[in-house]
Amino acid sequence: MIIRSSDQTPRITLMKRFPLPRNFGVRRESRIEQGRTWAAPAGATRLKAFEVYRYDPDSGRNPHVDAYQVDLDDCGPMVLDALIWIKNKVDSTLTFRRSCREGVCGSCAMNIDGANWLACTRFISETANPASIYPLANMPIVKDLVPDQNHLLAQYEMIEPWLHSKTPEPETERLQSPDERRRLDGYYECILCFCCTSGCPSHWWNGDRFLGPAALLQAWRWLADTRDEAAEERLDSLEDPFRLYRCHTILNCTRTCPKGLNPGKAIAEIKKKMVERRT
Amino acid sequence: MLASPDAPDRPRSPNIQIYRPQLTSVLSIANRISGVFLSLAAVGLVAWLVAAAEGPQTYLAVQGALASPLGRIALFASTFAFFLHFCGGIRHLAWDAGCGFELRAIYASGWAIVAASVALTVAAWIAALFVMA
Repeated sequence: MIIRSSDQTPRITLMKRFPLPRNFGVRRESRIEQGRTWAAPAGATRLKAFEVYRYDPDSGRNPHVDAYQVDLDDCGPMVLDALIWIKNKVDSTLTFRRSCREGVCGSCAMNIDGANWLACTRFISETANPASIYPLANMPIVKDLVPDQNHLLAQYEMIEPWLHSKTPEPETERLQSPDERRRLDGYYECILCFCCTSGCPSHWWNGDRFLGPAALLQAWRWLADTRDEAAEERLDSLEDPFRLYRCHTILNCTRTCPKGLNPGKAIAEIKKKMVERRT
Repeated sequence: MLASPDAPDRPRSPNIQIYRPQLTSVLSIANRISGVFLSLAAVGLVAWLVAAAEGPQTYLAVQGALASPLGRIALFASTFAFFLHFCGGIRHLAWDAGCGFELRAIYASGWAIVAASVALTVAAWIAALFVMA
């Protein structure tokens, strides 16, 4: 089927997962074990099953997948509501990040039914039964659904996401025409949830040196800004076989962005700039 | 945070084991697999040419191998791999020019290259069988 916007979930799926064993190529401490099945709430008529990735660093146990039953008549409509319901009613140790519950903060980014999205903007009704809830893919896990983002934030810092100017500071604001301002549309809205970077196969295999879609989209946001005067230096630092060019235009990033942005396009614009300045 | 940011004992969440196969990632890996397959097919092509230069006996042996069911399957797979890689390459050229990045275009062009490579493979084989007959 044709996907028109990233919030669409597929109507039919030929393959739910790649045909690989569940712990294929996974290091010993990351292997996922059988978890426990929690009892269904008493007296509930509309039940929905959730399978949730669990990891407790203090238990000495490996990660495992626990099965829960959620009473839909007692729970809000979003996946985040279901997680909060589980935490309140069934298992208070379930740990996840959340803040705004309306798709603005990016805290509750996680892997829902195999694709990265914000738990607060994904309807429970859009998920499979059982819905599978994992942390963002390919991240070091602090606890349960809470990934360690230090590496991704360091990569973001590396593109120097602030204004570089060489001309003396003006008396008033640095002005832009409405047209110049429009060039930032589709890039400035990024909330740094890292759904894209965590869903990028190139970043899975080369994430130590490849900056990943989130950081590169931000790099383009500053390259596209007419007030910024460090385009050459920015391009110099990206001119690298890994930092930029490990992007092979797979475009999982554009497919998964919960804000409907286009990291793939941003990276292509950077690559084009690289060619233009050489000629 | 209590543990150091690079705590080596921290488990890593699964990636390819859980991530949903999508047209984007499936066609990307298909493009790579077909590329690898084509380099193997290129060895076969060279073998066929060498056999032709070697003399009629060797040539007949190689022709016989290609006419066997296994040889036919390999030939058919090579044609499909060629057209898939060819169409995928054109799609990548458009992307390199900065075109076709809207999600709808990504999916439309994705399904288009699948359909085109199937159609071209079938057409090539019909033409080949026609010539042989």
